[in-house]
Amino acid sequence: MAEKKKTWASWLALLLLAAVTLLVLSPFVIVAINAFKTPADYAAHGPLAFPAAWNTESLTTFWDRVDFTGKLFNSLYISVTVAVVGVLFALLNAFALGIGKVKGRLWFLVLFILANTLPQETLAYPIYYFAKALHIYGNPVSVILVFIVIQGAFGTYLLSSVFSAFPREMIEAAQVDGANKSTLLWKVVAPVSLPTLAVLFTFFFIWTWNEFFLPLILLPSNAAQTVPIAISVTQGQHNMDATMASASALLGLLPCLIFFLFFQRTLTRGVTAGSIK
Amino acid sequence: METLLATHKERLNRGYAPFLIPGLLLFVLVIGLPFLMSIWTSFTKWNGVGPQKFVGFDNYIKAFGDTTFWASFTNNLLMIFAVTVVPGIIGLALAVFLFDYFSRRFSPGITAVVKAGIYLPQILPVAIAGIVWGWILDPNFGAFNGILRAVGLGDLAHDWLGSADTALLSVMAIMVWFQLGYPLVIFLAALQRVDPQVMEAAALDGANWWHRFRIVSYLIRPEILVVVLTTTVYALKLFGPIYVLTRGGPGHATIVPSYFAYQNFFEKANVGYGSAIATLMTLIILGLTILFLRVQAQQEKIEEV
Repeated sequence: MAEKKKTWASWLALLLLAAVTLLVLSPFVIVAINAFKTPADYAAHGPLAFPAAWNTESLTTFWDRVDFTGKLFNSLYISVTVAVVGVLFALLNAFALGIGKVKGRLWFLVLFILANTLPQETLAYPIYYFAKALHIYGNPVSVILVFIVIQGAFGTYLLSSVFSAFPREMIEAAQVDGANKSTLLWKVVAPVSLPTLAVLFTFFFIWTWNEFFLPLILLPSNAAQTVPIAISVTQGQHNMDATMASASALLGLLPCLIFFLFFQRTLTRGVTAGSIK
Repeated sequence: METLLATHKERLNRGYAPFLIPGLLLFVLVIGLPFLMSIWTSFTKWNGVGPQKFVGFDNYIKAFGDTTFWASFTNNLLMIFAVTVVPGIIGLALAVFLFDYFSRRFSPGITAVVKAGIYLPQILPVAIAGIVWGWILDPNFGAFNGILRAVGLGDLAHDWLGSADTALLSVMAIMVWFQLGYPLVIFLAALQRVDPQVMEAAALDGANWWHRFRIVSYLIRPEILVVVLTTTVYALKLFGPIYVLTRGGPGHATIVPSYFAYQNFFEKANVGYGSAIATLMTLIILGLTILFLRVQAQQEKIEEV
């Protein structure tokens, strides 16, 4: 299709779109520039000026105050574990439901969809209660267990539908060669579907990182908190000045920006893979 | 021979069930039992430590007479407006505009930048998005009031999140900002399916922009349905931004069911009442999901004909 001629109307459209995009991005910019100011600089020149000197004191002070290294580690530990075990959970279930046609598979699928749609509010108190009874309250294991199931349930649903289109000849050929079910899973099905599993891993990782409600309830101790919880709890506890508040917001959003840049290719690949299916 | 083949296939299909066992066990432990316990608890009076006392439908009757409960659900409807309706309509209009007008005149690179920029808020944990805005709207040192003063509109400076008249509107505006990228990206991906020749033919036939907009919306209605369901469910569960920005206040100005349930669980020790609110939320969400699956099945049937 040939590019159409640019008229004054099309330039106006470009200008409007640029304005909308900048408006959406402005909070990021405002947070970024004010995180690097000293309180005196902020008081003198307000929120819109660029920093007189790029000062990292607010950032480092806040980093130490919340032990940000520790929080990053907690979030990474929880998110990676959930992503790995959650993918495994989905793979095993989907192997039975998508490759094998276990009796009542439709009902099992409905169960797993429900697990993912239920509001966490309805599970929160019993899970809090059981976690206390089992002495894993305040321990990241409690959060990990819950999210393995909630996200693995979504993965089960998605992977089962992907597996129902898995080439039957490959499965039958392997079985004629005498492969048992474990060999079939680990030597045939898993390697072939590795790209889909990688997309699931990425989604589970980011979703778990972003979770708020259940980690807030299950991880009350400062030492076990994740990044989003630690930042919002600190916000409530301390009387922070403008630059410190800005620094905390910047530290909260930086990891997500990095993941976005890092995972962008996997995610777009995921979208295209989905459309081929 | 045929029966032989059938039994052979059946034999090949055996032995899968054991793979389901760990998943089902975890499911029962983490979802099944807590869910049943929550429903049972909604029929009891319980402070979380002592014995549970069965009270029948008392908690539900209490809810229907409780103004805070109704306020939370009314606010929830407004949240659906801010999370589903407004971003959905703007996202659709923007997607069609980019697809049908803009990308024919400018390089795809510019479209990609616009898309990525508007999508960016979506990558944040919604609680962090709340922190960002909580700081910008802070009445003492926030940037927004600073901007208003800088451009001579200082009279409009206001405690946006702390005043009953603007708190809910502010949260809604923040949610529009946060959500807009989601429908935009989904709809733009869906439009890849639409044959540009359909649009050109429509244009040649003299279809105006409103006509073309309706054609496109019709062609991508499966995606529209998915966006409407997922964002409505998301709006019904909304918790993080309320917790971070307003804690449901001032008064009950921004209370939502999710936060109201949380308060009853962990601040007021009314676990039975909190469970009743959570159960009602569950009923609404499951009802919506079933409705959605039915509409979807119907659409697929229409397409097959």
